[in-house]
Amino acid sequence: MRFVDEFHNPALAQKLARAIAGISTKPVQFMEFCGGHTHAILRHGIRDLLPPTVVMRSGPGCPVCVTSMRDIDRAIAVARTPGTIVATYGDLVRVPGSQTTLERARATGADVRVVYSASDALEVAEQNPDRQVVLLGIGFETTAPTVAASVIEADRKELANYRVLSLLKLTPPVMRALLDSGETSIDGIVCPGHVSVVIGTHPYDFIPPRYHVGCVVSGFEPLDILRSIQLLVEQAEQGTPSVVNAYPRVVHADGNPVALEMMARVFEPCDAEWRGIGTVPASGLALQPEFERFDANAAFDVQVETSPEPPGCRCGDILRGAAEPADCPLFARSCTPEHPVGPCMVSNEGACAAHYRYSTSA
Amino acid sequence: MPFTMCLAIPARITSIDGNDAEADIGGVRRKIGIMLTPQVQVGDYVLLHTGFSIGIVNATEAEETLALFRELAEVSEIR
Ligand code: SF4
Repeated sequence: MRFVDEFHNPALAQKLARAIAGISTKPVQFMEFCGGHTHAILRHGIRDLLPPTVVMRSGPGCPVCVTSMRDIDRAIAVARTPGTIVATYGDLVRVPGSQTTLERARATGADVRVVYSASDALEVAEQNPDRQVVLLGIGFETTAPTVAASVIEADRKELANYRVLSLLKLTPPVMRALLDSGETSIDGIVCPGHVSVVIGTHPYDFIPPRYHVGCVVSGFEPLDILRSIQLLVEQAEQGTPSVVNAYPRVVHADGNPVALEMMARVFEPCDAEWRGIGTVPASGLALQPEFERFDANAAFDVQVETSPEPPGCRCGDILRGAAEPADCPLFARSCTPEHPVGPCMVSNEGACAAHYRYSTSA
Repeated sequence: MPFTMCLAIPARITSIDGNDAEADIGGVRRKIGIMLTPQVQVGDYVLLHTGFSIGIVNATEAEETLALFRELAEVSEIR
């Protein structure tokens, strides 16, 4: 595929890796924020190409993984409300809530439909005027504008039965929360390329001066990731952390203004609960009052208890970069992609799923 | 294609009809929404995420990045 295959070249990757080894003298730990990067790093064996001085840690950038158990329970409660259709992106249906999963709720009569796009959910609403259709809006800034677009479209079409349960989350606030906690020492961040297509590079500007941590916006192909790691190593060696856009073929410093405008029109920041991290101020998106009629929170008054995490599951620690999947006693034993205990084993972007699939230790 | 929330893939726009377009994704044709990139033209490559184009791929920048990678690799050989 064009703009993909050219960035795979294994011979070039080897040479870039050698160049990294050539400049790296001090031990550093970098976090790849995005689950897409985690997946790519493990799939292409990038950890094995790096010198022992450079350690990669996974971050919280997996939308399915950071969705709290309470929010999964809420989604299941909405799905069980008579007359409702819940539309959701793929992986979420398999994530265990405190009692069950959306998939199992469907087997016992709830109408849960997997959609590929927010516009598919809108179509379901148009085809089922006598039912309430609720899109489970999960994702980061990459996905938020597409959900916003669906709300604007629903407004234009005057659809009265389309709603969004917004579980959308924002990247920079949670980066701040992780860095403030100081739990994991991070010398640099591989910043999410597709989030940055939307938000640009400026939202990371506060990080280098305040935390002395470099931020390199990276693409998802092996050469992109290696180049970003090389830049972070250079910054760490020279003690000059800064924000660098290493994905200029799609990322602009100012992001995508149309998408940002649409997001701001439909949503406003709100506090959000992250699995393993807790409540992070202004790290979620709620519908603006003007679009309240599309808000599933307003329409469905479902109360769920605070749910404990599955016993033994270390997803929370993994999402904060404080543990690796192999540190979890359940990993590859009672927890596998076929029988996931926690969300990090469900999602393709989850660290546990990626380690299970690609690492030799599994 | 495995579903990944954060991933977007390059797709070539083959025709445009208002807020919708048809795109070629590695040989597969699909209807996509272009509301978030209204300036897109037929022939452009866009980044496709959950059915929407979220950005346009700049072919010149892509070439320059590749050239840089090749150059960096050369340097690593000399060292
Ligand atoms: S291996 Fe399973 S139980 Fe352990 S942290 Fe990962 S998802 Fe949770």
